[in-house]
Amino acid sequence: MNASTPIAQLLSVSKKYDDKFALRDISLDFGPGGVTALLGPNGAGKTTTVKLLLGLAAPTSGTVTLFGQNPRDVASRRRSGAMLQVGRVPETLHVREHVDLFRSYYPSPMAADEVFAAAGLIGLEDRKFGDLSGGEKQRVLFALAICGNPEILFLDEPTLGFDVEARRSFWEQIRGFVSRGRTVLLTTHYLEEADALADRIVVIDHGSVIADGTPTEIKQRVSSRKIRCTTSLNEEDLRAIPGVAELRFDRGNAELVVTDAEGVARELLFNDASLSNLEISGVQLEEAFLALTHAQEAA
Amino acid sequence: MTGAIAMPSPAESAISSTSRAWLFRVYLTEARYELRKQLRIPAFMIPTIGFPIMFYVLFGILVHFGPSNSHLVATYTLATYGAFGVISIALFALGVGVAVERGQGWLAVKRASPMPLPAYFVAKYLTTLAISLMLMLLICAVGAVFGHVRLSPGHWITLIVTETLGAIPFCAMGLAIGYLAGPNSAAAIVNIIYMPMAFFSGLFIPVEMLPRFLQGVAVALPPYHLARLALEAVGIEPASHALGHVAALLGFGILFTAIAVIAYRRDEGRTYG
Repeated sequence: MNASTPIAQLLSVSKKYDDKFALRDISLDFGPGGVTALLGPNGAGKTTTVKLLLGLAAPTSGTVTLFGQNPRDVASRRRSGAMLQVGRVPETLHVREHVDLFRSYYPSPMAADEVFAAAGLIGLEDRKFGDLSGGEKQRVLFALAICGNPEILFLDEPTLGFDVEARRSFWEQIRGFVSRGRTVLLTTHYLEEADALADRIVVIDHGSVIADGTPTEIKQRVSSRKIRCTTSLNEEDLRAIPGVAELRFDRGNAELVVTDAEGVARELLFNDASLSNLEISGVQLEEAFLALTHAQEAA
Repeated sequence: MTGAIAMPSPAESAISSTSRAWLFRVYLTEARYELRKQLRIPAFMIPTIGFPIMFYVLFGILVHFGPSNSHLVATYTLATYGAFGVISIALFALGVGVAVERGQGWLAVKRASPMPLPAYFVAKYLTTLAISLMLMLLICAVGAVFGHVRLSPGHWITLIVTETLGAIPFCAMGLAIGYLAGPNSAAAIVNIIYMPMAFFSGLFIPVEMLPRFLQGVAVALPPYHLARLALEAVGIEPASHALGHVAALLGFGILFTAIAVIAYRRDEGRTYG
């Protein structure tokens, strides 16, 4: 496999659960090397993408390959590691035993002590899984994902439910693994996390890729803000203002999601001398995604 | 010459034999940790090992203590409560265990790893057999010491081996339940199915004491056949029907395995399809 061949690939992949599309005709390449963040709101299709690449789900149409092979092949599983969202992990095994068992699945695993160090588990090796804190439990799952010394690592919402401090300390573990030159694919719905770890961000929503670029590019595109005001302008006038991505009326107030807050505000004030209650605020990531989606549809 | 072509080269056979040895070690490690994991769950060990022994002491030994036939009652109930115990282990350790690990995402974590899937199931079966053997050794010791059960060495061994291996068809039943039931409902479903099934199979009171029409029902229930085999093993029942009961257990084992395979495929289609 030469350097330009992707490690993981989705080609025109769609995935339907019952009658609902989880993914619609997406094509993505990952690796070799680099950290890609799949960013999107809940239900966007992030976890489905990871499951397809791990062979834990089959595509409804299209092809999914890992190391050029079917992801269900043992050969590709030996070269990958995964940290998934899991409801309950056997609680009575010790950290060392969990790691030892998962190491046994790989023909040439990482040394156990190296795994503990890389996952920040030194001193916790002989604790029962059930006695660990939430953050420590996630670090064990991370240890199980890296213990086979994988060439590609999948992390599905690795810091979900963490507090800020635990999240930052976990990022250090991920960065440590990345520094070994491996390929990492992580899903998150925190823009901050994607920005902190990834060199490429793929934004997906409603099963489609709506943006794919460097963190800087993506941040520019989702830097939408929200303007609220009481205005006599009608819907048509408001939509005509450049930079308005979205518009709705709420109890007599207009609410606009805009890409250029200053420009739109200037235009609003210029066109409506009676305008009042002007408020400009940042938008939630979810709203920013919506703005991106709409921008996509308009284009 | 053709023989020479068919022969694997020394290097190839060395690779395949090391990979076979490696695979064997994977299975062994999986089984070892599965057993360790189960033995450390008090909420599992107390009901599955404790209850059968407690029931046996209360209803098999204490209730009948004194009369001249008390050791006979203790022998009879040793066979039936032993069967009750090993079946609980299969249904709870394996059945409920699989339902929980499947439903709560742990099985998906293992499946994303290169673990050979059969190792997971083999480990569950072996663990059930090991815990069943432990239960049988314990309950037999209780019977011998407190119930004055006296058997020949051959009878002791036959009883312990019969009950332990008798857990196998119930492992298949547990597996079927594990793939059909949800993680939160599995334990309740096992209790709802198992308690009446144990009663009507004569595990709590002898089948002969049940109304005649219920005795017919017992024959259709798998625990009845294990209990009968165990009673034959201790010499209470004539061994003449042994083959029939073994055949019945084998049949139930095949039936439950088939149900488990269908449920597994359905789950694969839904979860991984």
